This record gives sequence, C-alpha cells and structure tokens, in this order.
Amino acid sequence: MKRFARSSTALLRRGWRTASNRQVAALAATVLACWLAASATPSAALEIVISEGWESPSRIAVVPFGGAPLRDRTGPVAPLEIADVVSFDLARSGQFDSLPSERMLSYPTTVEEVLFRDWRILDMDYVVIGRSWLEANGAVTVLYYLFDVNTERQISASRWTVPMAQARDVAHLISDQVYEAVTGIRGAFSTKLLYVVAQDQGTANAVYRLLVADSDGERERTVFQSPQPILSPSWAPQADRVAYVSFETGRSTIIEQHLDSGARRTVAEYPGINGAPVFSPDGTQLAMSLSRDGNPEIYVKNLAGENGELRRITRRPSAIDTEPVWSADGNSLIYTSDRGGRPQIYRQDLATSFVERLTFQGDYNARARLLPNGRHLVYVHRNNGVYHIAWQDLERDTVRVLTETMLDESPSLAPNGTMMIYATQQGGKGILAVVSIDGRVKYILPSASGDVREPAWSPFIDVLPIGSG
Amino acid sequence: MSKLEHASKRERNMLNAFRALSVGVLAAAALVGCQSQPEAPMPEVEPAPQVVEPVTPPAPPAPPREDAQGNPLDTGGNPIGRTFYFEFDQARLSERDLRVLAMHADYLRDFRNRSVVIEGHCDERGTREYNLALGERRAQAVERYLTSAGVRSTQVRTVSYGEERPDDPGHSEGAWAKNRRAILIYR
Repeated sequence: MKRFARSSTALLRRGWRTASNRQVAALAATVLACWLAASATPSAALEIVISEGWESPSRIAVVPFGGAPLRDRTGPVAPLEIADVVSFDLARSGQFDSLPSERMLSYPTTVEEVLFRDWRILDMDYVVIGRSWLEANGAVTVLYYLFDVNTERQISASRWTVPMAQARDVAHLISDQVYEAVTGIRGAFSTKLLYVVAQDQGTANAVYRLLVADSDGERERTVFQSPQPILSPSWAPQADRVAYVSFETGRSTIIEQHLDSGARRTVAEYPGINGAPVFSPDGTQLAMSLSRDGNPEIYVKNLAGENGELRRITRRPSAIDTEPVWSADGNSLIYTSDRGGRPQIYRQDLATSFVERLTFQGDYNARARLLPNGRHLVYVHRNNGVYHIAWQDLERDTVRVLTETMLDESPSLAPNGTMMIYATQQGGKGILAVVSIDGRVKYILPSASGDVREPAWSPFIDVLPIGSG
Repeated sequence: MSKLEHASKRERNMLNAFRALSVGVLAAAALVGCQSQPEAPMPEVEPAPQVVEPVTPPAPPAPPREDAQGNPLDTGGNPIGRTFYFEFDQARLSERDLRVLAMHADYLRDFRNRSVVIEGHCDERGTREYNLALGERRAQAVERYLTSAGVRSTQVRTVSYGEERPDDPGHSEGAWAKNRRAILIYR
C-alpha cells in the first residue's frame, strides 16, 4: 500500500481530488497509521504529506494503465501501478490536481477509447492513458499518451521497453514528460534524494545512515552506515558519485563514493576539520573547508589521481570560512564567512580573488545554495533567534523567507529550480520538508524512524533513453 | 583577586610543602642508612652483600594524581572538572574555567607522558558545518590556554564534533546549554 496522506486542513479545503481511488480507500486508515504508528515500520521509506498546493492547479486524470500487472520488486509488495506513481508525482508538484480513478466515467487504455466528452464533463484539462505488457524475454514495455482535453489533441507520448526493475523509472519519466508538456519546465521526478538518518543519537547505540531514495521517497537504500556521525552529503554533477563527511576514524574526513559499485576513497583527511565537500560543475574538483592551517579556510582539490592538487582559496586567519558552493560556470565560489564578526555569505571570483558580501539582512546567514538560474540564492537565515530558509534575488537584493517551520536548515534545490528540500523539526524529530520556490506548495517527508536531516537533491539523471511514441 | 584563585594558590603552596617534606623524609632515610654502615659487623667468612633496610617507616604514599579511569585529581584527591560550557555562539572560556584548566596544565606539566584530546561541541542551532567550525574554536580555546601554560603541543589534540554528538538530545534551552561544551579526554 502506498503511504499517502494529506493534512486535515488541506482535506477540508481541497477535498480528495489529488488522491486516486486506491489512495482514498486506504486514506482513513493511512492517516492514522502514518501519524500514530509510523515507527511500527522502521524499514519504510519516507512518506509524504502534502499540506498546501496551488490555488488553481491543472486538473488531470491519470487513467489506470491497461495490461499486465507489474512488479518492480520481489517479495510481498503490491504490484506497481504506474498511474498511481505518475498521479502522486504530479500532485506533489502542487501544480496538478489528479482525479481519483473511481470518479472517472471511462477507463480508456488506447487512443481510440478516449472520449473527450467524458473528460470535459469532469472538467479535466488533461488526460493521461497508457498500458504495459511483458515481452518474451521478461522485459516490460510501457507506453503512454497525454491529451489536452480542450483542444482534443495528443500533446506527448512515449514508449519504453525496460527490465522490470526499471518500470518505476519509466513511471517517473512519464511524470517528467507530462510536467514539461504542460508547464514548459523540465520535470525533476526522475531525480534522487540523498539524506542522513540518525538513530539513538547521543547514546552508545547511535547509528548514522546515508541513504538514497527516489524523489518520492521510494526505493530507499543505504549508501553508507556508521556508528559515527555522517554529514554534508552532496552529489557529483553526473549523479554517479557522492561526497560526504564521515567521522568513522574518530574525526572528520571527506569521502567520495561511487553509488553503483559502492567503492569509496578518502579525499581529505588533514589535521583539523575536513568539511563541506561540493563537486565543481564539471565534476573534476571538490571545494571544501579545511582547518589544516588552524582555522577553516576554503580549498579546492583536484579529484584526478591519487593525491590531486590542493588549492587554498581564502586567507582569513581568524575567520571561519566554510560551506562553499560553486557558481554554475565554475568561475566563483559562494561561501559562509564570519570575517565581519557574524556569519554572512560571500562570493569570491576564483581568477581574480575579488570578494563581495552578498547578505546584509539579519545577523546569521549561512550555507547558501544557488538556483540553476544563477541569480537566486537560498540560505539559512536567522531573524530574532529563529532559523528559516530565505531566498534572495542577487540582482535586486530582495529577500523573502520561504519557510515557517522550526530550526530550518540544509536547503537543497531540485535541478529544475522549482522546489527546495530542507531539514526541519516536527515533534522534536528531524524531518525533511519541501517548499516550492514561489512558496505556494509545501509538503513534508516525515521519517518512519530516526532523525532525518541533510537532504541533497540530485542533479538531473538520465535513467533511461527517451522512448518513441 | 577572588577566593578561588587564593584557593588554588594555597593548593599549590600545600603541594610544594608536601614535596619539600617528602624530600626531607627521603634525606632522613639516607642519613639513617649512613649511620648504620659503620656499625655493621665485620665480615667473618663470606662477606655477603647486605642491603640495609631503612629503619624509619616508609614515607606516606604520595596522594594519587589520577582516578581509576586515569583522569587527573587535584592535590586534595578530587577530580578536576573536564567539561567546560560556553555561551550561545561563543568560544570564550570563563574565569572559573581558566582556573580549572590551570590545574589540568599543572598536571600535564608534571606528567609529560600524559596527553589529552579536547572535543568541541555545539548546540543544534545554526548550520552543521558552521557548528563544526565553532566546535573547533571552542576546543582551540582550551588548547591555547593549556599550551600557553606550558603544556607541550604534542600532549594536546583537538577534535570538533559540531552539533553531531549532543550530550542531551532534547531541543530546549536547557539541553542546548549542556551541549555547548568542550571536554578533556585523557589518553
């Protein structure tokens, strides 16, 4: 059963429209199960609770796909319903309102069966249909069509033949294509999330796990596990590798790990802090904060070879310089520094070393992340002792607070720049939350067990070749 | 000058007095040994080397300087505090902390074979990497005091855990106050 719940206020205000029939049937039980008995399923992935969406989202019907039942995993799990995955992806964006399947008037699975009148009666803007079948070699073929109800035209379609284990990737790809066809923005549902879960922190049984999951929290798996803290995970631009800080040796070290093979290597193990690793846009260098000279300074290390060149970027003997992030062109670094007395965000040109301070509002601004447009910044912002995530337009210097939860930190952006994931607290537990950059869509990803923190949204991932309709 | 500083001075004076006393007792024992030598009987057949037992009672054992876990004790046999707390967003040691650290410095100067790891910690507020740096600043404040008091830099190592290892996993002001700390761990 797919865990799916919405907050009660949203249910009252907007009804059940984004939930499919299976989800609705399961909902009454699920709401309770999610909130009261979440810890009963410690292996369960993140669940998603949507609290706010757009005022006037596009209305879409994703009709249950025809054909063979799909199983992308072994064991006693429900068959994979592609329409459910697509419906849930689109609903999570806040820009779509999905029609529950039991309210549909017809269930077309071929182009010929689509009767636009049925969908106009239901006030739908878009309809998605599709079907799947098993090939002789055990692979599965999935195809879909997206129609604009008003123009009665097909606006996108694709077909893939993949191993069964990748059927879920196909579902996310359909979501990406539907999203792009309707909004004009590249979809980011085929992306992954990297995050840290801490259990029994502060005890002798403490366990820290670095996990990776689909953008909807499904298919969670452990990348690395340790009794010592793990922090600051970040993605390589090709999403094939990750870097993070591990205390497995008793002190901070920077590790680079390949996701497929699991192969790990130590990139930085200098005296003092080895922290805040981030890959350069071309993936060949790692910016980081090292205190090998006595205080944290920004460094760039070449990743080629066993012992790549290490270049020092900042020289502020009494300041903390940390949390670097690259500009999209790789020509400058943005980082946190308390050289002015309080932590603020600075940008330094790597060629000229010219430094400019970017933040001026509030006495604590730290850990910035740049939007793909290169013009907007999100960062941790303290105002009156409260920590939130702020968004800033670097050209106009306007600042907007994006979040209203508690102790908000670690903002990370979807590669299409529409959504931001961050870490916050609810009921004394660390959880992840997502907010759209325009502030209109919010959802949370509570954890079934442990404190979830330090989310890192992957770059775009080309999981499968684009199919043909 | 505060009472505590007097106290620590008095402790030092007592320690010095005790050291002088110990030296005196040893010297007296040596003298007794010397006096006994002429009175030794003349060798008759085989002069076997003889060790003359000191006749004075053994010197009172020096009070232990470590507890069972190897942590230093002050001259009164009391453990010396090893946790130092900090104000929010600060890495400054209080006057009281410095007086306690002076006792650690005394101990580490007396026992050059002992070394100490200084852990720096923060509360959960603020970003994790900035807190890693702030925790290091706290550990370094302790380290700087010890080395400036004559402890060798080879005896001291710092490690920052930032906000990753709270003493109290709660989310209240009280928990935060307990978590903003530097800890001395003797090796």
